[in-house]
Amino acid sequence: MFNEFFSRQDLLLIKPAVLLALFGCGILLTDLLHERRHKYLNAVTALLGLGFTGVQLALIQRAMSAAGYSEVSGFSGGLVVDGFALYFTWIFLIATAIAILFSVRYLEVENEHHGEYYALMLFSLVGMYFLATAMDLITLFIGLETMALSVYVLAGFLRGDRRSNEAAMKYFLLGAFSSGILAYGFSLLYGLTGSTNLRAVADALVARPSGDPVVYLALITTATGLLFKVAAVPFHQWAPDAYEGAPTSITGFMSTAPKAAAFAFLLRVFLVPLAPLRPAWEGLLVVVCVLTMVVGNLAAISQNNTKRLFAYSSISHVGYMLLGLVAGNETGLKGIAVYLLVYVFMNLGIFTVLVALRRKDIIGDEIEDLSGLFFKNPVSAVFMLIFLLSLAGIPPTAGFLGKYFIFLSLIETRHYVLAVIAVVFVVVALYYYFRLVVMMFMREATDPERLNISPGVAVALAITLAMTLVIGIYPEPFIRLAAGSVLVPFR
Amino acid sequence: MPPITLAALKPYIMMVLIVGIGPLGVGYLVLLERKLMADMQARLGPMRVGPQGLLQPIADAVKLLLKEDVIPGMVDKWVFWLAPCVTVTTALAAFAVVPFSSDFVITDVNIGVLAILALSSVGVLGIILGGWAANSHYPLLGSLRATAQMVSYEVVMGFAVVAVLLMAGSLSMVEIVKAQAESHRWFLFGAFPFGLIAFFMYYVAAMAETNRSPFDLPEAESELVAGFMTEYSGFRWALYFLAEYCNIIVVCSLAVTLFLGGWLRPFPSVTWLGWLDYAAPVGSFLLAGGLSLYLVKRQPRAFDQIVLAAVGLALLAVAGLFAWPAFNALFRGVFWFMAKIMVLVYSFMWVRFTFPRYRYDQLMRLGWRVMIPLGIVNVIAIGIVLVLKG
Amino acid sequence: MLDQFFFYIFASVILLGGLLTITRRSAVHSAIFLIATLLGIAGLFLHLQAEFLAGVQVILYVGGIMVLFLFVIMLVNLDQAARQRQFNRQWWLALLAAAAVCGEALYGLYRGRGAFTFPGAVPGNMPPNTQAVGNALYQNYMLPFEVASIMLLVAMVGAVVMAKKRL
Repeated sequence: MFNEFFSRQDLLLIKPAVLLALFGCGILLTDLLHERRHKYLNAVTALLGLGFTGVQLALIQRAMSAAGYSEVSGFSGGLVVDGFALYFTWIFLIATAIAILFSVRYLEVENEHHGEYYALMLFSLVGMYFLATAMDLITLFIGLETMALSVYVLAGFLRGDRRSNEAAMKYFLLGAFSSGILAYGFSLLYGLTGSTNLRAVADALVARPSGDPVVYLALITTATGLLFKVAAVPFHQWAPDAYEGAPTSITGFMSTAPKAAAFAFLLRVFLVPLAPLRPAWEGLLVVVCVLTMVVGNLAAISQNNTKRLFAYSSISHVGYMLLGLVAGNETGLKGIAVYLLVYVFMNLGIFTVLVALRRKDIIGDEIEDLSGLFFKNPVSAVFMLIFLLSLAGIPPTAGFLGKYFIFLSLIETRHYVLAVIAVVFVVVALYYYFRLVVMMFMREATDPERLNISPGVAVALAITLAMTLVIGIYPEPFIRLAAGSVLVPFR
Repeated sequence: MPPITLAALKPYIMMVLIVGIGPLGVGYLVLLERKLMADMQARLGPMRVGPQGLLQPIADAVKLLLKEDVIPGMVDKWVFWLAPCVTVTTALAAFAVVPFSSDFVITDVNIGVLAILALSSVGVLGIILGGWAANSHYPLLGSLRATAQMVSYEVVMGFAVVAVLLMAGSLSMVEIVKAQAESHRWFLFGAFPFGLIAFFMYYVAAMAETNRSPFDLPEAESELVAGFMTEYSGFRWALYFLAEYCNIIVVCSLAVTLFLGGWLRPFPSVTWLGWLDYAAPVGSFLLAGGLSLYLVKRQPRAFDQIVLAAVGLALLAVAGLFAWPAFNALFRGVFWFMAKIMVLVYSFMWVRFTFPRYRYDQLMRLGWRVMIPLGIVNVIAIGIVLVLKG
Repeated sequence: MLDQFFFYIFASVILLGGLLTITRRSAVHSAIFLIATLLGIAGLFLHLQAEFLAGVQVILYVGGIMVLFLFVIMLVNLDQAARQRQFNRQWWLALLAAAAVCGEALYGLYRGRGAFTFPGAVPGNMPPNTQAVGNALYQNYMLPFEVASIMLLVAMVGAVVMAKKRL
């Protein structure tokens, strides 16, 4: 009866999102049944949901490879599942799973253990799924808002904490503002091209006379909105405040899954509808990249709050990743994919340790709180060291791999100056990462309180460390995976 | 430039008539309400001005117009002035899409139902702003109550309306009535029994939207003096009053159009009942005229006797006109429409004098926990029924 | 001719309303002018023969959202806020920046005016397009329509989480 509106294929393609949404609603309902001390069951449900979604994703992947399709589209071209979408969806799922693992104990300590936390995480995943798969401006925008709204609320989840409220407020206001700019850009794109389908937009933009100022207006507003979402300088101001105030577990989540989603969104928009305008945005992006690396790294040096420091560090990483888009060749795009995957693991690893630092009466997000970590808990101190090395990009770790591809792509496309700047700032980054190392290994502990390592935290630590090392030492399968995710720029 | 004909001028004439006669009609509605209330309380009601108090509305209007127009000192003058204007304008504007009959409709826009809902939702602003501008406690409380009540019951009303739209397949008021003629039944009985449920929901929501008892919390006189109108007096107060009764007529005419077959006579497709088209108007006007003439000799004053006799004769004349086929064919739609509206208005008043006022939390609970879920289920059920019928 | 006249009327209502919205001291006055702006937009929709959109615009924005705005404004005591200064000391800088952006946009639109091609207006009245809106929502834009429901659920859950004292 509804065949003209909706086919089996459409259902198959949105099944991961449907599963996530159903599990989210399920958590909202079953939360009412759990006693206070059994709230961890919500986390189990959420992980179960992620598991089902992963299976569904694998089924889609297998069906696609069995039929030999590299991409399947549904909803009359409004949705595309291709290597790019699948790769990013896997990143979102993994990042969320790890974040859920280390959230349980943290929420118990904060005494804010509610099912809504996990439900909102799953809902934000729904939004991310559509950011990775949508081929339609409206779907992209609504997916973005679904994700962003959930994350705003999560950032303010510690309702008794002023900083958390402030973070949510700032994040919300600036996020809404940037969404407004983005919507303005999208509306101009629609007005110029008469379609909301990304490919149709690209086609129509190719057909327009070059040097049309209105197109630039659309490009600049769209780009501003996108760069806001990935927190690139000069649109980064919200990030440190939001990261500092948000619950530590959410800061870890925010800096990985939604960031990867924003990147998927940015890549999709820059490489499909805006691809014909590449000459126009390349220069813009170079400036943004350099500024992002400079400001991110230099500002990180003077931070005394760990979460703030990692906010700036994450800003600087955005700068590196955007360089891959500047290069724009296959190596560069592959580099972004690898970089994001690696970044998810190493950053979540760091935040796992930071979450474990939150103990009764100790907030644990100042740099001093790390002091003497080696003497208190040598294992986590060593883990932290490895993650920091990886963030800085030191060879045997995975972080090196991401930077390697980015630099390689820059050299391949003859952006030598950019490559040199990037390398210089790697050194700067080493400085502030080693401030933390010095704290951990060479200072006396300021408080006797032991680390709060729950089973979830232990598992999260093990996974992140294993992946950080495995990708660093045996990268071939991951490189192959990333190569499969490269989005061919629209021509 | 199209030639100016009577047909082209008809909408404008109707506009003038509605804006001109509307206030008078409202005055008599108030008289009707007072008389009814008196009757139910075993009193006589207004009897002094004119025969049986028939000229009371005119006396009231003159009093209100001549009264001093008091603007309290600390009010926000601009908003205080704006608010009643908004309410009365939107209330009168809503008549633009009301089809009194297939011939008598100012304009038949294809979003007629939406237009009425939109205008009524703008009219709410007048109530809210008026209460706020007065800068006084009771009006503010009244407006706060009005806001929450209107927003909640607008949703209920929306669901009830959607139920009819599903059956009619159009948003135009004229088309909706025509759809009822084609389906040989009023939508009240469409998709039985879900049409009835929709009508019940509409009826309750309409009462809440027009601030009628038992939902008259925004102006609950025993609690808030006069609610949002407390600080208003004279002409501005009259505007609010006019708007309120206009709104009652508007929601009733929407109900008649959506559920009760608009200008169609009862059992529109049963041909052997065609005599009703003559019998009902002629009979009712004859009855009214006869009653007036019967009461003439009971009047104490000669002036009253003359007036009542004139009224009675006029009513008999109208009865005669309705016996004339050409006139009947033109105006029977209007008669049925008005008759249905009067039945509804009567029931509104009846409810007012019968039920005690709801408490605020009860009102909200009824709206959100009972009516809205019921509305959603009802719309889904009607959808299923319609799909099953094909 | 009449078309243009109405366009300019509505456009000036929108612009003036918008300006007054941000410059009034009293929050209620701002809300009233915002209502005027929204009504102007509804007028523009009507002008484009998108009557369904116009109706929905009034019902949702004026009848729903703005009524709730006013509700909140009345609940919160804004007397204090009305007496404080409304703009910070850098307002002229902001004005300059806004003017610059506005100038750029205008220049861009002026330079690119040749690139705008509008389909000619259909003579007479368009057929009723309520059904067209429904079809678009359930065919081409079914997916965003459905995802929007998740978004609204998130907003609802979020509002409860942020506002409720005890979860």
